[in-house]
Amino acid sequence: MEIITFLIAFPFLAALVLVFMRKQSTIRSILVFFSCAVLIAAVLYFAVTGLILNQTQTFLTETHNLDLVMMAAEVGLMALIVSYAFRYRKYYVAVLSVVQTGLMIWLEFSGEHEVTAAPHILSDKLTIMMCLMIGIIGSLICVYAVGYMKEYHEHHTEYKDRSARFFALLFVFLGAMFGLVLSNNLTWMYFFWEITSLCSFLLIGYTKTGEAINNAFRALWMNLLGGLGFAIAIVFCVLKYGVGDLRGFVALGSGSAGILIPLALLAFAGLTKSAQLPFSGWLLGAMVAPTPTSALLHSATMVKAGVFLLIRLSPMFHGNLVGTMVTTIGGFTFLMTSMLAISQSDSKKVLAYSTISNLGLITACAGVGMHEAVWAGVLLMLFHAVSKSLMFLSVGAVENSLGSRNIEDMHGLIVKLPGLAFVMITGIAGMFLAPFGMLISKWAALKAFVDSNSMLLVIFLVFGSATTLFYWTKWLGKLLAVIHNSARLNSKVGKSQWISLLFQAFLMIALCILFPVVSTNMVEPFLSEMFHEQLPAIISQGNMNIMLMMLFAIVILPIAVRFLTFGRKQKIVLSYMGGANTGDDRNFTNSLGETTPMYLANWYMTDYFGEKKLLRPSILTATAVILVLMGIVIGGAL
Amino acid sequence: MGKLLAVILFLILGPVLGGLLAGIDRKLSARMQGRKGPPLLQPFYDLFKLFAKQVVVVNHVQDFLVGGFLIFVIFTGCLFFSGGDLLLVFFALTLAGIFFMMSACSANSPYSSMGAQRELLQMMAYEPMVLLVGIGFYMSTGSFAVSDIIKSGTSNILYLPGFFIGFVFILAIKLRKSPFDLSTSHHAHQEMVKGLTTEISGNILALVELSHWYENVFLLGVIGLFIINSTWWSAIIAVIVCMAVYFLEIFADMVFPRVKWEFMLKATWLVTLGTGVLNMIILSAIR
Repeated sequence: MEIITFLIAFPFLAALVLVFMRKQSTIRSILVFFSCAVLIAAVLYFAVTGLILNQTQTFLTETHNLDLVMMAAEVGLMALIVSYAFRYRKYYVAVLSVVQTGLMIWLEFSGEHEVTAAPHILSDKLTIMMCLMIGIIGSLICVYAVGYMKEYHEHHTEYKDRSARFFALLFVFLGAMFGLVLSNNLTWMYFFWEITSLCSFLLIGYTKTGEAINNAFRALWMNLLGGLGFAIAIVFCVLKYGVGDLRGFVALGSGSAGILIPLALLAFAGLTKSAQLPFSGWLLGAMVAPTPTSALLHSATMVKAGVFLLIRLSPMFHGNLVGTMVTTIGGFTFLMTSMLAISQSDSKKVLAYSTISNLGLITACAGVGMHEAVWAGVLLMLFHAVSKSLMFLSVGAVENSLGSRNIEDMHGLIVKLPGLAFVMITGIAGMFLAPFGMLISKWAALKAFVDSNSMLLVIFLVFGSATTLFYWTKWLGKLLAVIHNSARLNSKVGKSQWISLLFQAFLMIALCILFPVVSTNMVEPFLSEMFHEQLPAIISQGNMNIMLMMLFAIVILPIAVRFLTFGRKQKIVLSYMGGANTGDDRNFTNSLGETTPMYLANWYMTDYFGEKKLLRPSILTATAVILVLMGIVIGGAL
Repeated sequence: MGKLLAVILFLILGPVLGGLLAGIDRKLSARMQGRKGPPLLQPFYDLFKLFAKQVVVVNHVQDFLVGGFLIFVIFTGCLFFSGGDLLLVFFALTLAGIFFMMSACSANSPYSSMGAQRELLQMMAYEPMVLLVGIGFYMSTGSFAVSDIIKSGTSNILYLPGFFIGFVFILAIKLRKSPFDLSTSHHAHQEMVKGLTTEISGNILALVELSHWYENVFLLGVIGLFIINSTWWSAIIAVIVCMAVYFLEIFADMVFPRVKWEFMLKATWLVTLGTGVLNMIILSAIR
């Protein structure tokens, strides 16, 4: 129990200290590094003890005083949101916040409700996985942020240096995430849920430009809307079923029509948090913030909170309309956002769309509500967290060195910045290529969708895989172009950034090799407990060996090719350009004898996949699906 | 033991069959155009000639990437003929394709770059149908493993006619046949020189040729998988069907002019929806 208290409380304490260290100083950097080291050590300790104990632990059944403290904090949060809403004249945000906090206060003080006593804190294998993800990746992002923010403010002198608050917020975010994944009590979970919403609002609005503030408020209202759904669901559960905890709620099962109402509302909250269509806008807007924010929101925290809730609820989704809603939205989001990613050249935007797309797949897996589908979902979540954080941080580093984050400008990165290019290639390969991580989960997901006879999902998945292949591969191609006579650029990547990047690249590779261990020791025990059934291995040992062979083949390939061509003279020539290559690989002589620069562009096909063409119809369709299905669920129960 | 034998047979017979197929292709094409055509063994002569040539490259990663293409195409074929998991087979094939495409990207040349982008588009066009074929077999036999699929009592084409037609359609893209030979083709095209392979020459081009031979044998193997069942004579019919499909692709190559990428993408996806997806939905309904 002590370690759990420590995990939740320590980040908040670190934040409290950091917020007062206004000046950029070595002491502050050291403090951040130290806090990160402590956090990583703490989650490792927590994970190891948890795995040795090998059972679900529960704590704190009676917490009246703590509840009151939390209620006070919640009112504080509301006051903060309302003050921001009034300062920027976004009154609807204030209304959303007041209504849901009001609901919660009313529930707390409107007399004694018959609620089954249940532990407030629960720790099982899923919690351990989530904590490892949040603790390790989150901390590495904070380590990266130290060097990055220094660079950032040297580049962008127009923004006021509020980095003290920035670091404090990062830690608050981590603390809230720990709280969220460890809570079993719905009210507690809701409390931490609201903190993450507020934190992301403040982090997105960091630069306080007009765009940043607009996007921050978009993130806030969408997440508050989800929070409202969460709050109503809690009130409903307590009043109608006398249940105030997540495990108790899932244990009720989805047999009666009435239970589908809170289930639909909770699922709705999960969908908003994980930025599924039609709520994708807030995550896309989040990229105005400094890179560590995006990395944190996209990988270890925030969006993962949404899918965490959906995974917890997944046994209830099987074979009802709420499940249909979740799978349809998830699958649809997976396909549409991967198409939208094709038309983007801004690397951060591609990453944002790819996050939404991958989360869509995880959501769809959770929505199927079957053992093997959720297996795929959990593994996807882990792989995605590592590779996406790696991608965001390397894009940030490239942006600081090149002065641009456009994928077109990354042409020939392998020659200009080989180190960063290799890190990026690792990240991209991890995102979609066989035999690396994400693909294994996609494979299992495909199998599960066929087994559960969800043909619509199969269609979304096969077409979505094709479009995913397209946008990642063309990015990969840009990185690999070899331009002769290119000088190596001076990479402006600090030591702390390199440590963070390399460690994550290492994690990525380790996870690819060790995922069977993770699967048998953590994912499968968790699923057997949740679904009360044992399943044979989802990917057979034989196929696992074949994939290891493929991985091995890729590793030894460069050596083998060198060996084969050893001793043979290779003649290096310039590439053919139609006109004569002027010798620098950048210009050619045209038919009039003049030197013309060459520019090779990727395909974006905006007429087919552009935002103008697809975004609005996608949002409208998704809104219609949610409205209709929620309408039927709620109407059917009432 | 049987697996090992299959792998060895594929390694040895793959290029022989592939080369012969290429020879037949050239002969038939010539006859359809009213020419005499080269000798049947011409592709082998060409290959040996290419191997004997000086190594000329535009950079030092190209040979590595082409090597990756060859190794993973062979890997795909071995996995398939030794009875492996069909989805894994297709994933390995995609990986091979990406290696090939990357070798064109690395060249930093307008023609190979254009070929690479088109190749990628082709991959996006056929990928859904390829994955669907795996799913189709799984739905009709309950297993992804080729070794289980060939033990079915009746030919799977009876349950999977839509998948078959869809696969034959995308086979034109995979065999780089007109109307879908956008990224590179057997004939030099004016506007893109040789597309993907513009910057590849000498013995590295020979490796590319060799990979294509292996790949073509594997692709016809997938066609055969639709026919083959537990009876011995189904193998004979499978070979006949493979030859008929191959002839059909050559015929289409002669008859149809090359199309634009927009048409290819739309047509392929529509055909995928109208054949594979429809077949899948019907199958799931009656299951």
